[in-house]
Parts: sequence; C-alpha cells; structure tokens
Amino acid sequence: MNSEILGVVTMFLATIALAIPLGKYIGKVYNGDKTWADGFLNPLDHLFFKLSGINPLKEMDWKQHLIALLTVNAVWFLFSIFVLMNMGWLPLNPDANAGMSADLAFNTTISFISNTNLQHYSGESGVSYLGQMVLMLFQFISAAAGMAVCAVVFIAMKEKTTDQLGNFYNYFVKSCTRVLLPLSIVVAIVLVFNGTPMTFKGKDQFISLQADTVNVSRGPAAAMIAIKQLGTNGGGFFGVNSAHPLENPNYFTNIIENISILIIPIAMVFALGFIIKRKRFAWMVFGVMTIGFLLLLLPTIYNELNGNPAITKMNIAQPLGSMEGKEVRFGSAASAYWAITTTSTSNGSVNAMHDSLTPLSGMFALLGMMVNAFYGGVGVGFLNFYIFIIIAVFISGLMVGRTPEFLGKKIEAKEMKIAAIIALLHPLLILSGTALSSWLYAHNPTAYAGWLANPGNHGFSEILYEFTSSAANNGSGFEGLGDNTPFWNISCGIVMLLSRYLPIIGPLAIAGSLAKKKYIPESAGTLKTDTTTFGIMVFAVIFIIAALSFFPALSLGPIAEFFTIK
Amino acid sequence: MKQNILPAIRLTLVCIVIFIIAYPALIWLIAQAAPAHGEGQTVVVNGKKIGYLLEGQSFTNDHYFNGRPSAAGYNAAASSGSNKGPSNPEYLQQVQDRIDSFLVHNPTVKKELIPSDLVTASGSGLDPDISLQGAMVQVDRIAKTRNINKEKLISLIEMNIEKSSLNNIQKINVLKVNIALDQLK
Repeated sequence: MNSEILGVVTMFLATIALAIPLGKYIGKVYNGDKTWADGFLNPLDHLFFKLSGINPLKEMDWKQHLIALLTVNAVWFLFSIFVLMNMGWLPLNPDANAGMSADLAFNTTISFISNTNLQHYSGESGVSYLGQMVLMLFQFISAAAGMAVCAVVFIAMKEKTTDQLGNFYNYFVKSCTRVLLPLSIVVAIVLVFNGTPMTFKGKDQFISLQADTVNVSRGPAAAMIAIKQLGTNGGGFFGVNSAHPLENPNYFTNIIENISILIIPIAMVFALGFIIKRKRFAWMVFGVMTIGFLLLLLPTIYNELNGNPAITKMNIAQPLGSMEGKEVRFGSAASAYWAITTTSTSNGSVNAMHDSLTPLSGMFALLGMMVNAFYGGVGVGFLNFYIFIIIAVFISGLMVGRTPEFLGKKIEAKEMKIAAIIALLHPLLILSGTALSSWLYAHNPTAYAGWLANPGNHGFSEILYEFTSSAANNGSGFEGLGDNTPFWNISCGIVMLLSRYLPIIGPLAIAGSLAKKKYIPESAGTLKTDTTTFGIMVFAVIFIIAALSFFPALSLGPIAEFFTIK
Repeated sequence: MKQNILPAIRLTLVCIVIFIIAYPALIWLIAQAAPAHGEGQTVVVNGKKIGYLLEGQSFTNDHYFNGRPSAAGYNAAASSGSNKGPSNPEYLQQVQDRIDSFLVHNPTVKKELIPSDLVTASGSGLDPDISLQGAMVQVDRIAKTRNINKEKLISLIEMNIEKSSLNNIQKINVLKVNIALDQLK
C-alpha cells in the first residue's frame, strides 16, 4: 500500500480506538456516575458552581435550558465585542496590533461564540495576544455549550416520561472540566515539545543566510491550537492555521491534531449509546456517519494524490500529488484527509489551502459542510443528525403504515414541522446568501473586483464555500475571497448566528416535547431504529435533503471547473 | 431570564480565570522545560542567529538549494498561501513561467523530472522543506556554481534526508542542507 495512505488509515483507526472509551467516559460524566477523575476534578467543579452561585442539582425543562444557554451567550457576545474593538490599548499587545472595526468585531464575535471560527482577520496582525486568549476562551466555552445541549437531548431520549432534563450549567461545566480541559492540556504539551511556541514575547527578528531581514511572529500558540482542534472550533493562531510550521511542526503533530479534530464528535455517538443504554443504536448512527464520511474521503484522497490535471499537461512530475497550497511534510493524502475531517466535523482548521484543492476535492469538502452531520461538530453534529433521524422515522412510518415512533415516543405533526424547518434552513441560508452575492457581483464586477481571487466557476465556488462554511459553523474558507468588508462581515455574521442557534433550539424543542410524552413499550409493531434498514433510510434522507438540494449550485462551481481542466 | 443573568456573568468570570489565566499559565510553565522554552527554536551558526528551525526562508540564489515558491515571500510575520484555484489561467501561466525559469537555471535537467513542489506555492508560504527529488534536480547547477563534484553533493543530500516513520515522504530541510552546503569544502 502507498505509505501516504497507510498514514491516513492509521490515523483513522487510532481515532476510533480512542473515541470508544472516551465516549463511555463522557456518558458516565453526563449520567452523573462516578469516574476516575472525580477525586481531583470535583473540587474544581465545586469552585465553578460556588463562585457562580449555581446549584448544579436544580433540574430544568428544555425551555429553561434554552434560556440559560442564550443568556450566557449574550454575556459572551458583549464581552467579546468590547475586547476585540479595544485590544489596541488593552494589555498583552507586544506587536502593537490595532483593535477591530465594528463590522469585523461583530463577525469575529459571532464566529467564535457560535463555534464557527470563520476568520476575516489574520492572526499575526489582526489580534493582540489578549485578543487571541479571549478567542481561546470562546473555543472552550462555545464547544462546552454545544456539548451541554447535546447532553440534554441524550438525557431526553431515555425511556421515561419527564420534563426534568438535568441542569444546563452542570453539563456545561463538566464538559469543560472533565473533557475539554484535560484533553487540551495533553495536546498542548505534545505541541510545545515539538516546537510550537508558548511565549508572551512578541516578534523576533533574524538575518537569513541570503542576508534578508526577517520578522518572526510568535505567541502563546500551543494552548490555543489544542482547544481549537478538540472543540471543533478551528480558529488558528496564525493566518494559515495548521499549515503554519509553528502551528503544526511535523507529521507526528499532524496526526495528534487530526485525531483531536475527530475524537470528541465520534465519542459523543458512543456516549449516546451508553446514556440511553442502546449500544446497537449508537453503532447504527456511527455506521451511517462513517459510510458518509468515507464516501467523501476516498475520492478526495484519490484526486489529490493524482495531482492537478492542468499541471500534468505541462509535463512535469507530480510524485507528491497536487502540491499547490500544501506542505511537503504532510503530503497530499494527509492533507486530503484533514480537508474532509475538518469540513465534515465543523472544525474548519486547515493544513492545506482549500482554495487550491482540485475541483472535485473542493466539492467533497463543500458536501461535508452541507451535510454537517457525518460526525459533525462537538455536540451540535449529533443534533443535526437527530433531525435527520426524526424525518427518517416519520417517512418510514408512513411507508409501512405504522404510527411513527422513535425510542418509544410518538412523533407527531409538531415535531415533524420543527424538523422540516431546521432541515431546510441550512440550504436556504447557503443558497440565498450565495445567490445574493453572485447577483451583486454579476451586476457590478468592477465595484466588487476585490472579492474573488479566481475567475469563472472557481470564483463562484469561493462565494458558495464562504456561505456554506458560515452556515455549517465550520470556519474554513476558500481564502482567496476578499472577505474583510462590511458586506461579508455582516452577511456571514447573520448566517452564522441563525445557523448556530436555530439548529440548537429545534432539536432541543423536539427532544423536550418527546420526553414529556408517554413511553410506549416496544411491540411487534414498533419500527426498529437500530437496524441496517433504518440506517439506509437515514442515509437516503440525508442524501436527498443535504446533497441533492445543493446539486445545481455544485454543478455551477466545482463540477463545471472539473470539466474545464479534465 | 432575570435569574439567569447574574449566574451567567459570574460563570463567565470564572471561565475567564480558568481558561485565560490558569490554563495558559500552566502550559507556559510546562513549556519552560521544552526546547527553547517554548519561544521557537532558532538556528545559530558561528554565534549568529540565522533563522528558525521550523520555518522556511527564502533561497533564490543559484549557489544554494532553492526552496518552494512562497505566496508570502517567506515573511514569517505574514503567512499566506496563494489561494489560486486549479483552473485559474493566470495561475497556470505562473507555474509555466516557473518551470521555464527553472530550466534556464538548470539546463541539464529534463522537464519530466521537475517535481511539482518546486513550482507550486506552499500552504503557509513558509514551507521549510522540499522533496528529495526537488533537491536532486538542483545538484548539477550547484555543482557548477560552487565547483564541487556531484557525488559530494548527492551524499550531502542523502545525509539530510528526513522522513517520518508513517508517512514515507522523503524530504529535505532547505535551511539545514544549505548550512551544510556552506560548510562543505
């Protein structure tokens, strides 16, 4: 086997092997069972609760959970806007970087509290060290907020009739202290020992062998890089993210960072199986996600290893595959693997420039975000998948003429309406944003000349990618797009905002409503949701909703481009 | 709503203390035991700091091994890729120009042997490496400009091959090989 592919296979298998026990552990944490970490982490949790004046045992219904979530997010919003606009004069700014404009601060704030980490600035020059650390704070707490909501939905899926679904702050704090913080410490340590900087000293300078004077950006990077990967945030310390040699120094750190991207999203699926005591159901979910993931991954690796056909025509060698926008130390296969893991999990960090991927690889990266549920972001990935399950249950019920039931609860018109609205929201936001921008550009290409770095179909892909990334709360980009303008900052900001909170509210409302319903024990007439047949059904729903609604847009962008250079 | 505001503010303050102060402080402390105390490893030759170990620098002179094209001009304070799409005609012309220019500087090399990493820009603009083949095709040129015999250069390259155990890409760190080249006599 090609050794580059062997590297990818090893990474994927190692991720799954680590995610299964982690999932069981996360399940115990949310269930409130004893874990080995209680001894030294209980005091930390108590500190959180005591200082915040929170009683972690107070049970909440789904609406109280939602209000708690939205309130704390509103506080984060105001805090972030203040720091980002004023960091020019605030401390920890050795490189003397300026504060942000209002529209950029708006975009960046929403981007980080919504776990998107779309960056319309460049890390070296756009933020101070204090700014970076505040953004890092959001990388922890936005991820923990997503996990907390996911935990509420898990608890609501249990076999009982109740509206008491645990305490939001309890799930939130435990996601931070029991999962994100310990794993981040481990990953950050690996990074600093491989050469990633963790210093508060500013830029350094040296004279190169060819006598050029070179400035070198540094900073407290290792701490941020660890959580950016683990929390499916993706916002890098340096402008080019994990392609930067200080952010991702070698193939080993690349493995560690890439495992960090996938591990919690996969573990959450196994945590579900543990919490609701239905392992087979968790394996069904994992199976559908994995098949979808592999269908995106394999052709991407193939395309990148094959190289750019337009460069093949120039008669040079492409032994490493398509190398534009890639780093030699990772090679094409590991870059392709990263591109698909980062887009299907809503992470959005990159180790190669997606704008320069070969056309079909760009399409598979887009599809990963369009589906946004093949593993998906920490917590929220499963929420998206949950919507697809509800729809699949309903359709299957209609097909066989049975009352649609999911885990012993009846799915009725109310749940179905919410699921349909949430499922259609994603294509609506992406396609209308893309349509509006394309219309503006087409009617005045000179005024908007700074938008696109590439002409033709690829230029259209840049627009489509930006809105898809915003709506998927992903944060990667076809970075050629000139996106630090009020139009892009505000439009992407609004899209990120809607597509963060509505897909959280929807599943939470459905789960809360189902939890209150009477539990109907399984009988011969029950639709089994842990079978291969049902898995195929879910896959079909995902394919129709997420893939086919985007097909016309994809044919104007990457598919057309593929045929122009074939 | 009201009874949530105060806990939300207090919880945020606790998070600030733990994640903005305690966590980075812990990693910073641990970094003091890491190479270069977490400040980035530098390369020092004859008492002079001539670069950062992990970051590529611009090598364009004929008597050095040349690195990859960089969209950032190897500016280590402004990393950037080219973000050129694979079908962009202007970009493809640029690649063609790089190939032509390489052939002018290395007239003995057959075009089919030029590996694409030498004529495409890296993701970071700071790629410290080139492929093994990328170093080998530069041997004739350097042998001529430096008046060193080829076998010596090839063994120098072979001594500088780096590869990770999993990913079998054989690569050359351009800065290291050029330092070794300067010391060769």
